[in-house]
Amino acid sequence: MTVYLDNAATTRCCKSAAEYMMRLIMEDYGNPSSLHAMGVKAEEEVKTARKKIAKTLKAQEKEIVFTSGGTESNNLAILGSAQANRRAGNHIITTAIEHASVQQPMRYLEEQGFRVTYLPVDSHGILCHDALEEALDEDTILVSMMLVNNEIGSITPIDEAVRQIRNRCKHALIHADAIQAYGKMRLNPKKSGIDLLSASGHKIHGPKGSGFLYIKDKTKLSPILFGGGQQKGMRSGTENVPAIAGLGEAAVLAYENFDEKIDRMYGLREYFIQEASRIANVTINGSLGRESAPHIVSVSVEGVRSEVLLHSLEEKGIYISAGSACSSNKPSVSRTLEAIALRRDLLDSTVRFSFCETTTKEELDYTLDCMSEIIPFCRKFTRK
Amino acid sequence: MYKSFLIKYGEIAIKGKNRYLFEEALVRQIRYALQFIEGEFQTRRAQGRIYVDALSEYDYDEVIGALTTVFGIVGICPVVLTEDKGFDALAKDVIQYLDQEYPDKNKTFKVRARRARKNYPMDSMELNAELGGKILDAFPEMKVDVHNPDILVCVEIREEINIYSKEIKGPGGMPIGANGKAMLLLSGGIDSPVAGYMIAKRGVAVDAVYFHAPPYTSERAKQKVIDLARILSKYAGPVQLHIVNFTDIQLSIYEHCPHAELTILMRRYMMRIAEHFALGQNCLGLITGESIGQVASQTLQSLAATNAVCNLPVYRPLIGFDKNEIIDISVKIDAYETSIQPFEDCCTIFVAKHPVTKPNLRVIERSEKKLEGMIEGLVKTALETVEIVTITAEESA
Repeated sequence: MTVYLDNAATTRCCKSAAEYMMRLIMEDYGNPSSLHAMGVKAEEEVKTARKKIAKTLKAQEKEIVFTSGGTESNNLAILGSAQANRRAGNHIITTAIEHASVQQPMRYLEEQGFRVTYLPVDSHGILCHDALEEALDEDTILVSMMLVNNEIGSITPIDEAVRQIRNRCKHALIHADAIQAYGKMRLNPKKSGIDLLSASGHKIHGPKGSGFLYIKDKTKLSPILFGGGQQKGMRSGTENVPAIAGLGEAAVLAYENFDEKIDRMYGLREYFIQEASRIANVTINGSLGRESAPHIVSVSVEGVRSEVLLHSLEEKGIYISAGSACSSNKPSVSRTLEAIALRRDLLDSTVRFSFCETTTKEELDYTLDCMSEIIPFCRKFTRK
Repeated sequence: MYKSFLIKYGEIAIKGKNRYLFEEALVRQIRYALQFIEGEFQTRRAQGRIYVDALSEYDYDEVIGALTTVFGIVGICPVVLTEDKGFDALAKDVIQYLDQEYPDKNKTFKVRARRARKNYPMDSMELNAELGGKILDAFPEMKVDVHNPDILVCVEIREEINIYSKEIKGPGGMPIGANGKAMLLLSGGIDSPVAGYMIAKRGVAVDAVYFHAPPYTSERAKQKVIDLARILSKYAGPVQLHIVNFTDIQLSIYEHCPHAELTILMRRYMMRIAEHFALGQNCLGLITGESIGQVASQTLQSLAATNAVCNLPVYRPLIGFDKNEIIDISVKIDAYETSIQPFEDCCTIFVAKHPVTKPNLRVIERSEKKLEGMIEGLVKTALETVEIVTITAEESA
């Protein structure tokens, strides 16, 4: 039995998107910038995808810019707004639990002379509003927060954060990294007061190398790629038409029968958490219920190294992710797990299970059975 | 401009009656190294020399790169080979050669002519003087310096005339296969690939054994060892890599023996298993990357305790090296970047916080007694389930 529970890392591309893409690779392969009919056809495909995505966000078509994926979307949002607004101020706010594709551009901007505040989170990974209040000042030009944390699934209370930011800083841009949230939550950036929102295709059964950035109309943003001026100059480079089309298709499917699917995933999550907690000295990180995303479960297994558990489950055909890999030659402790003040001995004993809409209870039962068998065995053999 | 390379070999030239064996091994290794680069080459022996001729277009740096991995080569001279059409033609060739090779003529030179073919009408001294004169006539900026010339223009009268002035240093050593074969204990670390390289340098073919411990070590750790074996095979020729599943043996030792002795006991079993495969592959010794005192299992006492289980000689070429010296070689042979990838190997996963550093052989043997009746079956299974992969250097991309 193969059980893929690493959907927060990547998902299987859905069949309809893959078939659609195949046609665009092999047959309708024109360049959207070409003047002839094949170019026009390709341009149509890009327009169609843009329309589909705009619809899922209740946004305008012109507010969607296609990118090569989540990393580029985050880089464009952060570097682009810092560059465009540097005369307005020098201060940027983000959180301590961001993905590397937010954290690293922030580090780069610090080297360039920007002042960056990294907000702490509580033990459930939720933003500390007091700290946000304190950090905001007249110099703040950008606040970047992830909607759903990729390691523990915690949801940032974005509406409240936006209200707080708007009270203090009328003009600061608000960026939401929605890479783990898109397709798992209903998002309406306009209503939420979000200026920039990043998403990725391969997290929602679309193709790798696809993604988009929502840029609210009239937002001041500089491009980070220069060239042929495609996508109104915001993202030069021939549009990756097959990937864009596949992303559009996957986006539509992600929001089809949405409530039903999400309720089912929450049900499975709750069941999995309840059963996993029965195993001795196994704890769940992050929040329960609707305070968390429906697809991510972070589990700490005392006395078992995450990599050993991962490979033991792998032998049973179950694929998961190690929350934080801490090997002998290169300690790389997860910043998220540190930020939620996880017990030190659990940092290297934490794994992540992540579901998708086709995950079944049978798969979870099999996984739980394997865990019950493996965990006591692994505990017998630990480093003393 | 070069169609040929003259291969100079030092040590092997003095091996008396065995000389042809060494030369054959060297030619074979040169052919092995050249098969991985683009182009067609011919490697031939002629009058006690080895030449590589390019039969097609080729990339000069690639050829030099490939040849500098061949042990036994002392120097590589890009050479112009011409037919003998009399002295005037020769002088013209030499001048043309210098003109192309040295765009900046503001240099000192010396001509060193040799006559292997004694029926040539001029002797070496005459050739030196006459060619030197012609060169000075052609390039007035050049000056003669017989003691310390910038350019030593070598002109050798053989069946063909050889003109060369550059020698690129080879790796030295002896050609692989000239000195038998040995079995390397290859981990994913920095030391063992270097140890394999050092022994290979002395003409020894290398096979390897790797101890895999799933689920404690990952597929990536195994892939890393395969990558290291591939790097080694660039120098050492094809490597038979024996991948042994060591998990059960390790767990059994963990369960039944004092934890502080775990690493020593593990290493004793690794040596036994390595020796078993070594004998099966006609290897004449084992190779390890141990260096005195580097870790607890490499003190003199520990080395004695692991050494005690083997009958084959164990070669430890790094025994007197500091870590930095080992790293330097690792960088030189392009293994370092691969070696430092952070994947756990089976020696580190269960390592005790305070392992014994001065194990007593009697005590260790007594601990091992506790495994009797169980471990034999586990070792047998490990031997039977070995996965053997033949690793050769890859064609360059």
